[in-house]
Amino acid sequence: MSEFAVELRDVVKIFPTPEGGEITAVNHINMQIKHGEFFSMLGPSGCGKTTTLRMIAGFEWPTSGEVRIDGHVIGRTPPYLRPVNTVFQSYALFQHMTVFQNVAFGLEMERIRKDEIKRRVGEVLEMVKLGGMEHRKPQQLSGGQQQRVALARALVKRPKVLLLDEPLGALDLKLRKEMQLELKTLQEQVGITFIYVTHDQEEALIMSDRIAVMNRGKALQIGTPVEIYERPTSQFVADFIGETNFLYGTVRFVEADKASVYVPVLDSEVIGLATAGLTVGQKAVISIRPEKIRISDKPILTKNCFSARVTLIAYIGSDTRVSVDINGQRINIWEQNKISSLDTNIYYRENQEVWITLFPENTLVLPEE
Amino acid sequence: MSIINSVQKLSLGKVLRENPTAQGLLLISPTTIYLLIFTIIPMILVAILSLMIRGMYGNVVYQINLANYVRLIDPLYVRILLYSLGVGLTTTVLTILIGYPLAYFIAHTPIRERSLYLFLILVPFWTNFIIRIYAWIMILRSEGFLNQLLMNIGLIEAPLNILYTPTAVLIGMVYEFLPFMVLPLYTSLEKIESAQLEAAADLGAPPWKAFLRVTLPLSLPGMIAGTILVFIPAMGMFVVPDLMGGAKTILIGNVIRNQFLVSRDWPFGAAASILLLIMTLIFTLYYTRKAGFSEELLI
Ligand SMILES: Nc1ncnc2c1ncn2[C@@H]1O[C@H](COP(=O)(O)OP(=O)(O)O)[C@@H](O)[C@H]1O
Ligand SMILES: [Mg+2]
Repeated sequence: MSEFAVELRDVVKIFPTPEGGEITAVNHINMQIKHGEFFSMLGPSGCGKTTTLRMIAGFEWPTSGEVRIDGHVIGRTPPYLRPVNTVFQSYALFQHMTVFQNVAFGLEMERIRKDEIKRRVGEVLEMVKLGGMEHRKPQQLSGGQQQRVALARALVKRPKVLLLDEPLGALDLKLRKEMQLELKTLQEQVGITFIYVTHDQEEALIMSDRIAVMNRGKALQIGTPVEIYERPTSQFVADFIGETNFLYGTVRFVEADKASVYVPVLDSEVIGLATAGLTVGQKAVISIRPEKIRISDKPILTKNCFSARVTLIAYIGSDTRVSVDINGQRINIWEQNKISSLDTNIYYRENQEVWITLFPENTLVLPEE
Repeated sequence: MSIINSVQKLSLGKVLRENPTAQGLLLISPTTIYLLIFTIIPMILVAILSLMIRGMYGNVVYQINLANYVRLIDPLYVRILLYSLGVGLTTTVLTILIGYPLAYFIAHTPIRERSLYLFLILVPFWTNFIIRIYAWIMILRSEGFLNQLLMNIGLIEAPLNILYTPTAVLIGMVYEFLPFMVLPLYTSLEKIESAQLEAAADLGAPPWKAFLRVTLPLSLPGMIAGTILVFIPAMGMFVVPDLMGGAKTILIGNVIRNQFLVSRDWPFGAAASILLLIMTLIFTLYYTRKAGFSEELLI
């Protein structure tokens, strides 16, 4: 067994456009997906997620670069000979077959014995909680049930890798949340490598062991959910995952893992954690998450601490969202409502003068894009 | 007071408001009226006519009896009927064999080219049917294009006798009915999403298996519709056998035509029509049941 279940080496995919031009859907992507891993590709619509998945499944061939499955260069092996299975975004269930026939299809292709097929189909339908639905046609099922059939149909083949293209995209929010946890549990139970495509960052954070954040055909950052959220290495990733505040400026000095940025709007330097490769004089952006900013009556630190005016208070139950203004620069702060009180102004009032503190260990200095 | 009440009770508006059956009848009335005028009444007239007898001068004598049907049991007519059935079925099978690859090809060309091919399939309909049949006669006769071509390239020495044989009739029939098979087949093939075939490939089906297990069953509704559109009119066709089959090929359609136009025996022609109708009805019902038509239509 090789080290990685799936490996993409410098993969590029260029499509011709109808107008005679070219579009680079996937642009020099490198990914190494470990056995048994729940790996997500996360990015906005059109960033190349589906194309990447389709190259692993065999529906598209890379323009250059190579795809390896379990260490073997897969080349132009057709989809029906690859040890991977796909859960399609549209489910693509066979409308003319019953649930049982849909799930049995893949096993029949392997020429497995009838009684064995029956047993395995029964097992997997039980696993996805579709017991008793064997004889229904797909159009007689709800969206959530169709989704489970698509999952069962792929899982029953016991693939090395399961590819899932926004499998929960068509479900309503509540069902989607339920299915997220169920899918995660299922994956741990069967131990199959999952490569999961989504544009929903919360979904990716909840389910994944590791996430590749993609934009415009590139994998910008690959890491665990904590790494991606706490240490984004680019402005795009910081912006795309969760919420953040940006302050623009110029790098004044870099020392070990710290950097100082002069921010004109604050007329001050801000010290934060430096991303690799920052140089003095470079345009940079400070990124700090709303829940990590401290708000107080008096200054706490001599540096990274600024006087501000509260402009908006919004109570949203678990949090109170506070917006402050510094010389026209708006900064959003989330205060957790740790105290049960009927006063919605427990975290200051509008127009009140306050101090905000950007602790250097919570503040990231990123190259400006 | 009570009179006004009862009048109100009888008013059409009230009946419609309170009676779902009446509402339903009103909704389907355009269809019902259409069917009544163009299908049911003419058919009843033909059925009644088939129970009459021919008078001395080709007129109809109104005297109910079953003599016409008894005449049809004659081995001569039974043979013609079976032969027609054979020609109808052969025509249908040939249009499927030729039409399926054609429809498949059109459904898989880029969208912009498709309308061109569909247009080309319909172009012959702009010319009169009889003229197109004469064109075929020109092609098939001994000194025709086909024989000239085959002799010129040295494939044959003497001209083939195709015209005025059952083969010529089949050629004419297949030519005439091919579009009626291709169009419904194309419609159902074109509806099959590529994701369905990708799913089949993903689950381990090589292309030919994906075709047999996914494409073919999903195109079945088109094939059934095409069969109905081809088989039923093929059974009653008389122009093609008349012009291309010579005197040797007589189909039930010719028999019916002759009774009405030549022998002026309308009652017997009507009886033959009714028999043809019953046969095609039985075939269609059997065939659609067998192929699960009602269920497939739900897709
Ligand atoms: N078959 C194709 N032909 C031409 N362009 C394509 C094709 N498939 C995808 N693209 C283009 O490639 C880009 C990436 O698409 P896709 O991988 O589907 O993105 P995502 O799944 O992340 O939304 C898009 O700009 C899309 O228009
Ligand atoms: Mg996509």
